[in-house]
Amino acid sequence: MRDEATFRVKAGLAEMLKGGVIMDVVDAEQARIAEAAGASAVMALERVPSDIRRDGGVARMSDPAMIKGIQDAVTIPVMAKARIGHIAEAQVLEALEVDYIDESEVLTPADEHNHIDKWDFSIPFVCGATNLGEALRRIGEGAAMIRSKGEAGTGDIVEAVRHMRAIRSDIRRLGTLDETELPTAAKELGAPLDLVRGVAREGGLPVVLFCAGGIATPADASLMMQLGAEGLFVGSGIFKSSNPERRARAIVEACTHFADPMRIAQASEGLGAAMDSLESRALGDDQLLAQRGW
Amino acid sequence: MLIGVLALQGGFAAHVRMLRGLGADVREVRVAADLEGLDGLVIPGGESTTMTLGIEREGLAEPLRSFGRPVFGTCAGLIMLDREHLGMMDIEARRNAFGRQVRSFEADVEISGVGGPPLRAVFIRAPWIADHGDDVEIVAEVDGHSVAARQGEMLAVAFHPELGTDTRLHERFLAACNGR
Repeated sequence: MRDEATFRVKAGLAEMLKGGVIMDVVDAEQARIAEAAGASAVMALERVPSDIRRDGGVARMSDPAMIKGIQDAVTIPVMAKARIGHIAEAQVLEALEVDYIDESEVLTPADEHNHIDKWDFSIPFVCGATNLGEALRRIGEGAAMIRSKGEAGTGDIVEAVRHMRAIRSDIRRLGTLDETELPTAAKELGAPLDLVRGVAREGGLPVVLFCAGGIATPADASLMMQLGAEGLFVGSGIFKSSNPERRARAIVEACTHFADPMRIAQASEGLGAAMDSLESRALGDDQLLAQRGW
Repeated sequence: MLIGVLALQGGFAAHVRMLRGLGADVREVRVAADLEGLDGLVIPGGESTTMTLGIEREGLAEPLRSFGRPVFGTCAGLIMLDREHLGMMDIEARRNAFGRQVRSFEADVEISGVGGPPLRAVFIRAPWIADHGDDVEIVAEVDGHSVAARQGEMLAVAFHPELGTDTRLHERFLAACNGR
């Protein structure tokens, strides 16, 4: 018997991306550079988060022609972003046969109450989360991979650290509760009870957990892997730096050798200027992307 | 028994878990020195381009070719073992042969030499074996395509036994490692 689009098949692709770096690219040329530098997948989008932040206005799904150009340029998996709750954008991305859909707070939300019913799709989804409850709500909706939100487009790692620590710490806390206490914990987390029970039992999420949002250096990569990320998304950090090819290779190397400070030191040497960065604490509430999603 | 799992990138954690569950000691392999003293090596799935670059960066190609002990490659691991990459098996892998993620699937696969019911195999953007030499035994097929091969102490499969609960292939691999 042959089955496609089972949850194991969807979550399985994320397993294969582990220990790797998924890079934002805006055209075929960048996609080729990312692949040659060792990216384990690319995220195709028209503007990287720092440009979306600068330009303002409504950020939407990318032009299908641009996504197809990137699919033709590389053999590694190609992901693309749909707006939160925008079922039709997700359907378009599925029709284009992208390998993963990111229902992303980096784009302007289309629905302020509901996320996409991801069970309804044969393409797997990755979603952002700032804490365990949010991660489990997304998994309950069918997400097959979770990433921290961080604060995209800033080059400031502090929010990603906050989110990763919150998720991991909540996971550890669930492990200390007894069966009787789990329903209340589920209520407090706003998360499905069966998923809460699974996390308490297994000591981890039922899907892969990546870090996204604010990674700009090899040391940032090492930090997030040490905090429990299983792989990395790097957005503006690579192609907004002064030497994208070199920085991309360095972050890939740091992702593999995250536990070896000497290798991180070597990877960090002479990379040139990092992206222009913003301190996320200095941003107004209306400029924070991580608050999008419910 | 000490088994290495190549951990440059990819699905190495699931192999580590399964091998430990079967009682083996496991070491993650990132540099050539990690290959010392191993009784066998798993090359996991992942992105074959990423893994190829990692093998180049770490100077692992020659140490892997002269490893001399049983090797078990899954998915991208099968690609790494083929003629175009490490050349440790006389096979030619066709990357992403089954198609993009939307065509990834799981299926029951009969594997020659493995007793019992078919193995539930997970194929993710999987390759198949497009060509092979005389010394290679094809041990499983799906839709007429070769998806598992054995050559001496090398075993390569296009799917992901580590993502399921069926440990028969890992058990056979450990038995081969133990035979030395």
